[in-house]
Amino acid sequence: MGGGFFFIIGGLEALLIRIQLFFPNNDFMVGREFNELLTMHGTTMIFFVAMPLLFALMNVAVPLQIGARDVAFPFLNALGFWLFLAGGILMNLGWIFGNAPDAGWTNYVPIAGNEYSAGPGIEYYVLGLQVSGIGTLIGGLNFLVTIINMRAPGMTFLRMPLFTWTSFVASALILFAFPALTAGLFLVMFDRIFGTAFFDVALGGNPVIWQHLFWIFGHPEVYIVILPAFGIMSDVISTFAKKRLFGYTSMVFATMLIGFLGFMVWAHHMFTVGMGPVPNSIFAILTMAIAVPTGIKVFNWLFTMWGGKIQFTTAMLWAVGFIPTFVLGGVTGVMLASPAADFQFHDSYFVVAHFHYVLIGGTVFGLFSGAYYWWPKMFGHKLNETLGKWHFWLFFIGFHLTFFIQHFIGLFGMPRRHFTYQADDGLTLLNQISTVGAFFMAIGTVVLLINIIVSAKKAVPAGNDPWDARTLEWAISSPPPEYNFAQTPRVRALDAFWHEKMAGNKTLEPAEPLGPIHMPSPTHLPFFMTLGFFISGLGWVFRSVEVGVLGLVMVVLVMFIHSFNHDHGYYIPLKDIPDANNDPQKGAKA
Amino acid sequence: MSRGKKIWRTARFLTLIALVALVMAGCEEPTMSVLDPKGTVAEKQLGLIQLSVYIMTLVCVVVIGIFVYVLIRFRAKPGDNSIPEQVEGNTKLEILWTVIPIILLAIFAVPTVQKTFSLAEEAPENGDALRVKVTAHQYWWEFEYPDLDITTAQEMVIPTGERVYLELESKDVVHSFWVPKLAGKQDLIPGRTNTMWLDAHEPGVYKGRCAELCGASHALMNFEVIAQEPQEFEQWVEERQNPSSEPQNAQEAAGKEVFTQNCMSCHAIDGTDLKTSGDQGPNLAGFGNREKIAGLLEFNDENLEEWLKHPEEIKPGTYMPSFDYLSDEDMDNLKEYLKSLQ
Repeated sequence: MGGGFFFIIGGLEALLIRIQLFFPNNDFMVGREFNELLTMHGTTMIFFVAMPLLFALMNVAVPLQIGARDVAFPFLNALGFWLFLAGGILMNLGWIFGNAPDAGWTNYVPIAGNEYSAGPGIEYYVLGLQVSGIGTLIGGLNFLVTIINMRAPGMTFLRMPLFTWTSFVASALILFAFPALTAGLFLVMFDRIFGTAFFDVALGGNPVIWQHLFWIFGHPEVYIVILPAFGIMSDVISTFAKKRLFGYTSMVFATMLIGFLGFMVWAHHMFTVGMGPVPNSIFAILTMAIAVPTGIKVFNWLFTMWGGKIQFTTAMLWAVGFIPTFVLGGVTGVMLASPAADFQFHDSYFVVAHFHYVLIGGTVFGLFSGAYYWWPKMFGHKLNETLGKWHFWLFFIGFHLTFFIQHFIGLFGMPRRHFTYQADDGLTLLNQISTVGAFFMAIGTVVLLINIIVSAKKAVPAGNDPWDARTLEWAISSPPPEYNFAQTPRVRALDAFWHEKMAGNKTLEPAEPLGPIHMPSPTHLPFFMTLGFFISGLGWVFRSVEVGVLGLVMVVLVMFIHSFNHDHGYYIPLKDIPDANNDPQKGAKA
Repeated sequence: MSRGKKIWRTARFLTLIALVALVMAGCEEPTMSVLDPKGTVAEKQLGLIQLSVYIMTLVCVVVIGIFVYVLIRFRAKPGDNSIPEQVEGNTKLEILWTVIPIILLAIFAVPTVQKTFSLAEEAPENGDALRVKVTAHQYWWEFEYPDLDITTAQEMVIPTGERVYLELESKDVVHSFWVPKLAGKQDLIPGRTNTMWLDAHEPGVYKGRCAELCGASHALMNFEVIAQEPQEFEQWVEERQNPSSEPQNAQEAAGKEVFTQNCMSCHAIDGTDLKTSGDQGPNLAGFGNREKIAGLLEFNDENLEEWLKHPEEIKPGTYMPSFDYLSDEDMDNLKEYLKSLQ
């Protein structure tokens, strides 16, 4: 919900940007206002839309896919959610108080320093991201532990569904990437609030340090949001092609390789910084290398469909639409990897086009696909397919209209983050087409909202396994009971549920006798801990040391209370575990 | 099925609109196109871009070819409930699509590295080459020719057919120097000096832009590179080394008076007794010859007055204060003086 809300805010910001660029020398939103707009659009979309929505799908699907009762640390899970929401709200408060961050989502110093961005704008960025970053980090840790420790008997690593695999690798990336961001944000915060000089040249600092720290986080971040989308595609495509994923093992290794290389290539964002030809060449070749595992994935998807029986449901349409879109985004990525050529592409609309192809064509298409795919599991009813297809076509065509053209806008000399262009630059019509495309995407999104409402009103029960799918989550009721599996299932093959269906079984063989199920007690502590962080964040934004410290004291206090909390949860007694599952004979049949 | 057809028809219609729009866009003439290089550096870069486009088009054609074939050939037919064969994978195929991309990337990587090194060549030691020190300010450009003792702003004049070596520095925040038709960009970062070189094959005015977000007026931090035949360039150097900046008549003299009282704490003018004054704003020597005011507006009386009176409205966040308190007479005199700077 939170992510969806921010998606609408981020989308409106995008529309305002495109409206400003409809005419040359338009004066709708110029100067600092426009910079605030582009900063908030980028930051919101990456941190408060892509990541939380992926986390939401992970929360739905990962425990179910590995046959677990819940995530490993439900307390941390709740804390992570509240922290993300608090961070997002903290950042957007900038709009309300009239001083939003204005230094781009990359927040380069010195324009993010006190001298060139006065007022609390950048503080919203620094503290909002710091707060939500803690949430993301513990979310990532939680999934790592869950996937390592809580797999059902027989669910070996090489039997895990691809979405679980990619979530696993993405969580590992979070674990290593986010500390770099945390450190960088602290340096900026200290420079701004306490007058240190990490980035101030006059006092011996160096602004390039921020760029390195930012991209050591920022590049893996791209893979944090794209890998789970790859996983969704893999699951959706194999389900609707009615085929086992082609080259499963190579898919897994490609995922790990992409994750690993993701950390080696951060400096390709900095080719024009003047690092010299040797580092530039090294980073160029490492970057190009990523195309190989990515290519393996694309061909595996194509050959999963080869010989299959493809059903064009909406979820599948998004997955299918993803392939050519992502390939386009991928090849422009290889083009950008060449430093000499990148001197032309860098910071132009070509780059804007490239990363929107990857982030929308990859992540957002993946999110939509996953949403249509898992909707019946989450809410017990499907989304309307007709409206879904309208949503797809409007958004898909609008997307290409908006961003394909931006490759040319970039090659024709328009730098990114420019709030205007001159009438004699020859860029007017191209920009106008791009803006029209953005409106198509907006209409598509409205159709999705209508779809959600209409479908919820009808709420036709979808059944446990509406897609005839392959993985464990479809073996239990929709929506799943709070304890997921009444009995932990025994996994005997890749695509465990499909394996059992093919063997003529209706459900999986249980791996444990039926017994009372242990559940954690509901608690409000995560909320209050987050409130502490939020108050502290607000305090630093307005440079009130007292409030800042007070909030942190509150956080420590809640931690203290939690540590001495002897509530070990409760048991759901056997009599409350309903019908079919309650018959011990039934499970034993297999 | 009919619903599917309807959606296809809608999709085809929208695609058609998109194509028509693309064709129409061709009628406009982009004036900063990377695809129309006028210098050696931009040509080398275009070469790389073309090579990568060829390779990547090949990849796209193969992938999208297979994609379209699969989508058409393997659609589920209504009523066919059979289960397709569950294939695990195919080692030969997987090796094939690992090795081929590696080869393609190698083809691209070799010239990439070659050109990356050739673009990084430094100015020769003996000091024969033309060197220009580019300093970026929020939101204007300063060009200093250290060997010729010339400083200009907003317009960098270079001779055609000769390599110009640039030293790039910033006075405040990170900027990026980009003249799409001549050369790709290079950042200007406070506290360090970056270098690059460029040349122009033919005379012309080449538009430049700041490419790194640098504050409110980032989009208006424009400049021009003016390439001239070598003889013409010599002449320009001569003129600039002996600027005629002294007032020629009473009005200009009065204008100079206004200038000294209002402007000289920020602006210096070469060739006058004002030379040693402020360096906060552009050096105004040769201002009367500029093509544009503030790098943006057409050079005429009206725009000049507008700029002097309301610079903030034209360039948000500019450091130039507004001079709307000058009397009409003072304003006219000032404008005359500024225009007389040759």
